[in-house]
Amino acid sequence: MTVRIDQTKCIGSGQCVLAAPDVFDQSDDDGLGLVLVPEPSAELLPGVRDAVDRCPAQVVSLEE
Amino acid sequence: MTETAVCPVLHERDHPLQPPVGFPEAVGDGPVKMLWPNGVEAWIVSSYAGVRQVLSDARFSTRKGGQPEMRTDEGETVLDPDQPGNINGIDGAEHMRLRRPLSRGFMVKRMNELRPRIQQIVDEHLDVMEAKGAPADLVTSLCLPLPSLVIAELLGVPPEHQELFQATAGDLFGKNGSKDEYLAHATKLAEVLAPIVAEKKAAGTNDDMIGLMANDTDFSMDELIFLCIGLLAAGHETTSNFLGLFTLHLFEKPDQLEILRRDPSRADVMVEELMRYTVGQLGGAGLTRRATEDVEVDGVLIKAGDWVSVSLIANLDEELCPRAEELDLERDAVSHLGFGFGPHQCLGANLARAELQIGLRSLFERFPNLRPAVPVTEMDYRDDMITYGAAEIPVVW
Repeated sequence: MTVRIDQTKCIGSGQCVLAAPDVFDQSDDDGLGLVLVPEPSAELLPGVRDAVDRCPAQVVSLEE
Repeated sequence: MTETAVCPVLHERDHPLQPPVGFPEAVGDGPVKMLWPNGVEAWIVSSYAGVRQVLSDARFSTRKGGQPEMRTDEGETVLDPDQPGNINGIDGAEHMRLRRPLSRGFMVKRMNELRPRIQQIVDEHLDVMEAKGAPADLVTSLCLPLPSLVIAELLGVPPEHQELFQATAGDLFGKNGSKDEYLAHATKLAEVLAPIVAEKKAAGTNDDMIGLMANDTDFSMDELIFLCIGLLAAGHETTSNFLGLFTLHLFEKPDQLEILRRDPSRADVMVEELMRYTVGQLGGAGLTRRATEDVEVDGVLIKAGDWVSVSLIANLDEELCPRAEELDLERDAVSHLGFGFGPHQCLGANLARAELQIGLRSLFERFPNLRPAVPVTEMDYRDDMITYGAAEIPVVW
């Protein structure tokens, strides 16, 4: 299970941070989404899936 | 060939908090083509999946390309389509160039840092309201001043300019004036903003939104001023209207209000449900796009060049959540479309969330017996098709 953000299309909405604050952050330099925990444990996965769903730019992916 | 249906007049509502008369029936489940009052034909997409698709698919452009703007009234388009800094009228890389630096200013952590200040502004206004005593108008006591004070601080308007700034902004956004009036007020606001921008440039600071735009971007002066006006416009009335509408929905649904009263610590999640439901019930079809290629949406072929309008009545689609037509404050947050979707999703969503969460919670903690002084259905509502809300909310406690 690997979490990725396609930064070329990220708009920095921060929805991933709201959905899974332990897994995502936003860069202080440009506000774009950052993956803090690329291989999250099982208990973090519901939040990650929520982030995938909520991301308005559809750039968060979870590869199983 | 069948004749295109005429869009029901969106301003007529049987109940001020429910969708316009005939609108849910007219749009049904799927893209339908309608003739709008200004003579433009446009598809209306109203399903949850369809709205997400239209708002996130790059083949639907926000550029209006000099074509007649699809409007729900007969008014003329105020905005020059090539206005520099019009972030809602550009796509792709051009849009990203403007959007990204602004996103930085609205980062979740920045919004969290702002929360104590938002709380302070809310508390001060509730203090005044309490001291003056009932009845009070909730709109002027809290709903209107809160977002305009917060956005002014976020932009970094210095205290000595605040009064003139608030008055000018109020003139620009407070009324539904003519195009000439709008332009006159916009020019005045630009004149108020120009020296502020110059000061920030001279100081070289980037710790507020104007400083960030002035010193950390390649924005032109025209772009910068217009973006400031845009941020102000977006932050001024929308949040104010929603704080009012949330309260009115709760007045109309005492069982739901009781859920908030019982556990105000869940106000964060409740605001998501109120946003979903309120935006869905407004049902408006305000976000427009234009297809740049043939695209299929919900099984219907939309041709290149066609206008598409999305209706956020999609927030009441069962595909989003069970019993979607009901307000249920015990529901977990769902991926609603209250702030839109796609690259143009509301830039200030996280700021609006913070204001609405703190505002709503504090309001009912301070006044647990808050209730309308006149029936909700008898209040005055303003509807200029961009924003909708109660002009006054007389309350007692």
